[in-house]
Amino acid sequence: MTRTERIAALKQAAAERILILDGAWGVMIQRKGLQEADYRGTRFAGHKGDLKGNNDILCLTRPDIVTGLHDAYFAAGADISETNTFSATRIAQADYALEEAAADINREGAKLARAAADRWTAKNPAKPRFVAGSIGPMNRALSISPDVNDPGKRTVTWDGVYASYSEQARALHEGGVDLFLIETIFDTLNAKAAIKAILDLEDQGYEPLPIWISGTITDRSGRTLSGQTVEAFWNSIRHAKPFAVGLNCALGADLMRPHIAELAAIADTLVAAYPNAGLPNEFGQYDEQPDDTARMLSEWAQSGLVNILGGCCGTTPEHIAAIAKAVEGRAPRAVPTIEKALRLSGLEPFELAS
Amino acid sequence: MSSAAQRFVNIGERTNVTGSAKFRKLIADGDYAAALDVARGQVENGAQAIDVNMDEGLLDSKAAMVTFLNLIASEPDIARVPIMVDSSKWEIIEAGLQCVQGKAIVNSISLKEGEDAFLHHARLCQRYGAAVVVMAFDEEGQADTARRKIDICARAYRLLTEKIGFPPEDIIFDPNIFAVATGIEEHNSYALEFIEATRAIKQQLPFARVSGGVSNISFSFRGNEPVRRAMHSVFLYHAIAAGMDMGIVNAGDLPVYDDIDPELREAVEDVILNRRADATERLVELAPKFKGEKGAAKEPDLAWRALPVSKRLSHALVHGIDAFILQDTEEARLAAERPLHVIEGPLMEGMNVVGDLFGAGKMFLPQVVKSARVMKKAVAHLIPFMEEEKARGGAGRQTNGTILLATVKGDVHDIGKNIVGVVLACNNYDVIDLGVMVPAQTILDKAKEVGADIIGLSGLITPSLDEMCHVAAEMERQGFAQPLLIGGATTSKVHTAVKIHPNYARGQAVHVLDASRAVGVASQLLSPEMKGKFVAEVQSEYADVSARHAAGERAGKRFSLAQARANKLEIDWPAYQPPKPRFLGLKTFAPYDLADLTRTIDWTPFFRSWELIGTYPQILAHETVGEAARTLFADAQAMLEKIIAETWVEARAVIGFFPANAVEDDICLYADEDRRQAIAMFHTLRQQMAREGGRANLALSDFVAPKETGLADYLGLFAVTAGIGEDPRAKAFEAAQDDYSAILFKALCDRLAESLAERMHERVRTEFWGYAPGEALSNAELIAEKYRGIRPAPGYPAQPDHTEKGTLFQVLEAEARTGITLTESYAMWPGASVSGLYFAHPQSAYFGLGRIDRDQVEDYARRKGWSLAEAERWLAPVLHYTPGASAAA
Repeated sequence: MTRTERIAALKQAAAERILILDGAWGVMIQRKGLQEADYRGTRFAGHKGDLKGNNDILCLTRPDIVTGLHDAYFAAGADISETNTFSATRIAQADYALEEAAADINREGAKLARAAADRWTAKNPAKPRFVAGSIGPMNRALSISPDVNDPGKRTVTWDGVYASYSEQARALHEGGVDLFLIETIFDTLNAKAAIKAILDLEDQGYEPLPIWISGTITDRSGRTLSGQTVEAFWNSIRHAKPFAVGLNCALGADLMRPHIAELAAIADTLVAAYPNAGLPNEFGQYDEQPDDTARMLSEWAQSGLVNILGGCCGTTPEHIAAIAKAVEGRAPRAVPTIEKALRLSGLEPFELAS
Repeated sequence: MSSAAQRFVNIGERTNVTGSAKFRKLIADGDYAAALDVARGQVENGAQAIDVNMDEGLLDSKAAMVTFLNLIASEPDIARVPIMVDSSKWEIIEAGLQCVQGKAIVNSISLKEGEDAFLHHARLCQRYGAAVVVMAFDEEGQADTARRKIDICARAYRLLTEKIGFPPEDIIFDPNIFAVATGIEEHNSYALEFIEATRAIKQQLPFARVSGGVSNISFSFRGNEPVRRAMHSVFLYHAIAAGMDMGIVNAGDLPVYDDIDPELREAVEDVILNRRADATERLVELAPKFKGEKGAAKEPDLAWRALPVSKRLSHALVHGIDAFILQDTEEARLAAERPLHVIEGPLMEGMNVVGDLFGAGKMFLPQVVKSARVMKKAVAHLIPFMEEEKARGGAGRQTNGTILLATVKGDVHDIGKNIVGVVLACNNYDVIDLGVMVPAQTILDKAKEVGADIIGLSGLITPSLDEMCHVAAEMERQGFAQPLLIGGATTSKVHTAVKIHPNYARGQAVHVLDASRAVGVASQLLSPEMKGKFVAEVQSEYADVSARHAAGERAGKRFSLAQARANKLEIDWPAYQPPKPRFLGLKTFAPYDLADLTRTIDWTPFFRSWELIGTYPQILAHETVGEAARTLFADAQAMLEKIIAETWVEARAVIGFFPANAVEDDICLYADEDRRQAIAMFHTLRQQMAREGGRANLALSDFVAPKETGLADYLGLFAVTAGIGEDPRAKAFEAAQDDYSAILFKALCDRLAESLAERMHERVRTEFWGYAPGEALSNAELIAEKYRGIRPAPGYPAQPDHTEKGTLFQVLEAEARTGITLTESYAMWPGASVSGLYFAHPQSAYFGLGRIDRDQVEDYARRKGWSLAEAERWLAPVLHYTPGASAAA
């Protein structure tokens, strides 16, 4: 299939059923017990500074591990797998002095995912598999000060964030992803820079790809870390005309549900959710069992709240398999028609109805 | 004003250097703090968006825009509204858009430089995600006639929607408001031209909006604010009627059209509507007369005092105002046939409004409790008259039922119970509150005596769960059949279903999650029509819950105690040098300076105790509960000041450090550094969940160097209170019918006690144990536990056994040194007290014990010198098996 055909197939599949995204990567990589040498490979053998923990670099140094995880999630029933590029921006990689490797990580990460997806599609053409290019939030925020005594201070500029995302999106595109997934958004302004970087690719001759935008509600206050409510967040990013909008991370399914329900009522596009496996225990680990996650998400499907489901921190192929099984045959949420109105936002939404 | 006017959007204009000399000066001087106050004032006065403009030749406008918008991003009470990024330079607009996470409005773009530049800017707005103000300005210049305004706007609309797919609902036209009454004849029709253009745009260009800079209209009356305000108000009145959607105005400074002096209004209207040739001269002549008039000073609005007495009572209840309640109640009584009619009439009507607003989520607990205070004062005023009437043979008051509330024996916590009592009383239940530490028999005797329709039990600590089971069993045995309500922090639906409900077959036990549910539950239980269905639902739910719980108990593999011990936390002891405390033995602080405790108060739980859920300080800006939270917080601050200034309570603390080593799962305290003479043994419990992947099965003893290491390690102990003197003052508030202040006061004492625990721990780390002398953490970081070491308390997840407090208090001589005592359930009295252990090892961390198996309970019973049954009773909440069932199935 060409990419254009795959995108058409993706939209077709989304109209017919609830699509399944893969689960966590961090916990799965952790289980492999990799050592510093695995992270360095031959390419970075002489690199100064530790690379252990830089999971994205494994796209270059241990592609077998990355391919294995795509396979594990496709085997579990995922329709969409994410590239292992959550932190593969020049700004995030600066922590490891690997700015110059950022583009390669994205390109290779996309190719690995592409190859895995194509293999699984070939095995069962009735269930085509897709690749979402993962674009994470970065470790620096455009609208949050790192210093409480200097609230106007910023450690990054719009231009820097924009350039960094632009480089990532181009490399993911060149590596063959089917769509972009801007995820774990805790500062909407970073996401807006990523959106603009992606929209601007069209002017540089790149075929437009669907965009999936996934915010993060950090706690029970119902707001993002940068302070927006769900509706304010939606108003802020709707200009991307996203293929899907949703939430992931920070919360387990039980605490995420009201926010997804709110989004389902206001978003005139697909709604996607991939919660954590509950809240972490006192060791930062996740105890929620696959059946529990699946039972809650199945209720969301039954209530017509979602079009795409998957898992974030702490979820495993077993969780994804359980979710896929639990929602099999369930109708996806019907996308509502939302009346046109001037909708703005600060931290809170503003609507001027007709 | 008309309903159209109520939808009019005010955009704050004061943060504009071109329109406000004051703001310009603040920015030029770099006084951004004061500039933020200007923005905040606009939002507080009702601006639904704020216009930010830094176009001033002498400023670095782009830098000022970026600085100011970045600062606004850190001010939730300003940043909650959208920003209008206002500049005549595209470069500055773009810099502004790069600082705003919300969806902003760009003000403005136009056809001034031709179609290419216009569409280029519009496309950028689309990619930044902004709505856009389009000025009626083209290659020929700014439009002044209605015809030109309409033509330019129509052309811009077509270009935007047809050429680049710009969403029409994101287009806002500004058809140019120009000054009138300038003395130049052509200017006289400017207001009308705008109004006419507005009407046409709204009719012809679907979904587009109309806005404008209102203060331009009155430019020729600079220096005469009352006349300018009247002109703005009259202009808006007519422009809004024609369809104007929003305007850049000085929010909070617009008189209502109907309130303008009629003489002034007519003269202004002549000018705006260009009704007579001499309109300008007439207004110029009249203007000085109004110049000196100041806006009405802001003071409490007492207009409601002019209402009839029944409406005044209702107003006072809904707004929680008690200043006039006695005189109004008396006035109502004199007018009523019987005093009872005042309660059943206007007072109950007012409380029904409160109940409805609360039920609809439009009022919150602190407000309801204030309403109840007003109600109580009114009723207290009427009671003597009713009793006098009763003595003469009159009929008493009809209530919805009598509800008996008590905190069970051994427990002292009552804030939640008091709130439930207030809410029920508000809903016309007769509430009898027996207070705290109430034995079962006292509750049951009183219930019989008063003919209680419902009994409600409250408790916070885990042993209270057991006591509640006991009360339920006694109710069964003694032939009660009334519903039994269960509430409080450690209670749960599961515990009620599994442990309490089976003890009470004759009546129904119901778990009530929070105060807001209490009325719904009580009314259903006491309604003959609804009770059957409600009870059936509860029973079927409890059957489900029990079944699921039974399944869950069996699930979850456990290690044997030996396996768990083999998997204890491995600390590299040889590499560790335990820090030695600066003193050994005890140190008492009595009193402890209350003023030292304000910094470390964690306010989030304070709001939670009032059922306002959210994190401090963000909760103060929350869209629904923010207002209630702000009022409550202001009341709390005011009371806190008094508590400290007038020493309403005394805070005390005792801390101690002792040589200590771990012995298996226990921690042995020694009299001195010889470590031969043991003075106390702290027993700890070990996690038994089946672990894999390297996670340890923890016990608190793991954090102290084992005896066999030969290391000289130490353990710290503490008990603190901020409740000395709390009880009498809380009771005095209650006696004055002021439950609001009583609950507020107790909640603050709890906060102070927690704060003292936090502050003392900080001093322990930096001074007394001194292993982190350079630590400098903010309160947020303290709350997030970003320090080294822990202070677990007996009865909490790491060590659920409350009886360990007995040992703790004995070693600390806590009763003698601080006045804190322990009840038979090991609750601390006064309730505003905290105690626990200090661990210093960097790897020490809070954990949850989880459920434990019979082998450990048997071992623990042996170590504590208990029978197995005794151990099972104290550890009931954490047992992984059903006591009495045969071992090892």
